[in-house]
Amino acid sequence: MSSLALKDLSKIPDRLASGHRLCAGCPESIIARQIMMGTEKDIVVSCATGCFEVSTTIFPYTSWKTPYIHTAFGNGAATCAGVETAYQALKRKGKIKEDVKFVTFAGDGGTYDIGIQALSGAAERGHHMLYVCFNNEAYMNTGIQRSSATGKGASTTTSWAGEVMPGKKEFPKDMTMIMAAHGIPYVAQTAPHAWRDMVQKAQKAFNIDGPSFINAITPCPRGWRFTPDKTIDISRLAVETCVWPLFEVENGTNYNLSGESQRIADGKMEKKPITEWINSQGRFSHLKGEKWASVVESMQAEVDRKWTALIKLCNL
Amino acid sequence: MEKHIAINGDSAVALAWKQIDPDVCAAYPITPQTIIVEKFAEYVANGEVSTEFVCVESEHSALTLCTTASSAGARTFTATASQGLAYMWEMMPIAASMRVPLIMAVANRAVSGPIDIHNDHGDVMAARDCGWISLFAENVQEAYDLSIIAPRISEHHDVQLPALMNLDGFILTHATERITPLDDSIVKKFVGEFKPLYPLLDVKRPISHNLMDGPMFYFPHKYQMVLAMNNAFRVTKDVFSEFGKISGRKYNIVEEYKCDDAECIAVVLGSSFGTMKEAIDQLRKEGKKVGVAMPRLYRPWPIEELAKLMKGKKAVIVMDKHLSVGSYGPMFPEVVAAALETGSMPKMYNYIYGLGGADTMVSDFVSVFKDIEAGKAKRINFLGVKE
Repeated sequence: MSSLALKDLSKIPDRLASGHRLCAGCPESIIARQIMMGTEKDIVVSCATGCFEVSTTIFPYTSWKTPYIHTAFGNGAATCAGVETAYQALKRKGKIKEDVKFVTFAGDGGTYDIGIQALSGAAERGHHMLYVCFNNEAYMNTGIQRSSATGKGASTTTSWAGEVMPGKKEFPKDMTMIMAAHGIPYVAQTAPHAWRDMVQKAQKAFNIDGPSFINAITPCPRGWRFTPDKTIDISRLAVETCVWPLFEVENGTNYNLSGESQRIADGKMEKKPITEWINSQGRFSHLKGEKWASVVESMQAEVDRKWTALIKLCNL
Repeated sequence: MEKHIAINGDSAVALAWKQIDPDVCAAYPITPQTIIVEKFAEYVANGEVSTEFVCVESEHSALTLCTTASSAGARTFTATASQGLAYMWEMMPIAASMRVPLIMAVANRAVSGPIDIHNDHGDVMAARDCGWISLFAENVQEAYDLSIIAPRISEHHDVQLPALMNLDGFILTHATERITPLDDSIVKKFVGEFKPLYPLLDVKRPISHNLMDGPMFYFPHKYQMVLAMNNAFRVTKDVFSEFGKISGRKYNIVEEYKCDDAECIAVVLGSSFGTMKEAIDQLRKEGKKVGVAMPRLYRPWPIEELAKLMKGKKAVIVMDKHLSVGSYGPMFPEVVAAALETGSMPKMYNYIYGLGGADTMVSDFVSVFKDIEAGKAKRINFLGVKE
């Protein structure tokens, strides 16, 4: 990947104003800024309903210095696709002169669950848009309910850790692989501590001809139960434990690792055990004793299985 | 010389939109609307329109794409029916509150369940409170004409609300009738260029669309829609009058047939207006003083025009092609409320008829007037159903 200098990135206009209402320690604004640093061209932003939407657009205020649109929850991709379609029509007719890029931000609820149909449809149709998932692994805006992105063993307000339940019983859906299976030009997983990785992937996504998808792990202090100063550390830990590998998929077939994930695969860095991940967050605190040892074992086994499979794909 | 063609209702709508040549159309197939988008797709395939045509994966996405395409600054239309409209419902009030000019043809069809592809007004009635303008066509010519008229109302800067153009499923969508289309150039000139307010794609003047309201702003924003709907009356009258000049075809907010000296009148929507006219003619031959009216505009609801129409009448029969189970038909309370403005309330009767496409003949409508004359009608009646 090309080299990136912070000095150059600082010249790209900031499209998101400070003074939004996101929680202390929330990385959504960090991720959005890193993504939008991926292009100097005009950007239209669309959001699915969720934390980011409500925190940046409370009438009569807006945090957006670039065109912004929101309609509903399950249609983030379609919301963006409509604007992009209008752009194609008006550009062809000479009514718009500028080159415009399109990006959607949606949470994991709006992507993995209620928004998967609209996203799949938009990907198949080939709209020129980047879809970014803020994956904080639960419905945080409504108060930490489990989604199909929630990790096994996580206690949420609809998958409590209780006397007979170890938190969420199922492993998460692999949305990044689902999007890769669409065969679209560019799909990637990234994380906010890896700013260079994130910006480079956004650059690639904005520069390709067609739809792209970036899944960003989004540690949530409120939902994951950690102090707001730990967000970036937890992001790094997600990659170091291989819970959230950094990789990209070009055209559905060309897999590449990056950052710490590449170093772990190359044997230049240690893969940390799942217990470090578990111990870093209150949502897993019930897993520390003997009672749910088998759950912890199964979580490690699943991480190992998926990591091995990913390395195979990257070595093809 | 005027050119006549034989065409079905769906194809007539598609023809109107071909002549308008919109920027964007996103649609999803559903009976009995499908011919509209099939026909339009043919125009796209043959290069007869310059439209970006998007075959979406659902009606929810269809209306979402159309809403945001219009927000972005593109002239946009779509079409649906029944379950499709039901699936769009979440986006209906959002489109209206975003104040996007947008036209949707609705091939009126019963809503499941049980599943039934035939005509009634269950779909559009379930969407009536969403803030859309709603127009009804009696026949294929009107479906064509209203398709050309609707964007002028919806896009007017004093209105800026999406509009539904209703045509009865199968009865109009699939029936071939003789119509007189307008020349392409006349249609294009009449509809004019789309001039969006605050388009999202004006990237040099960034605007945020559809922010989050708290209790301080939600209600005032809704009230702005009330004012826009009120403006729609004046705008619709003006557009009808202008359309009359280019086509020779006259449209009114409330259409009347032999109502002037009538003592008893019926109020109907859609293609039943035509059937009812035949029933009125038969009854008139027997010396009965009867008439029928159709609100061309269902939203905004023409209270003033209906009150004027009902003033001094002995009886008013409200024919509802939908039923709010556990209450009246949806139009009945609204006609009664409009009658409050007359000063003296006529006797009011509600007939539920034709649900799920149940065939309703001229003789059925004749029997309605006869039952009322004979004192046999109840407040709510279910025409043709054994009670």
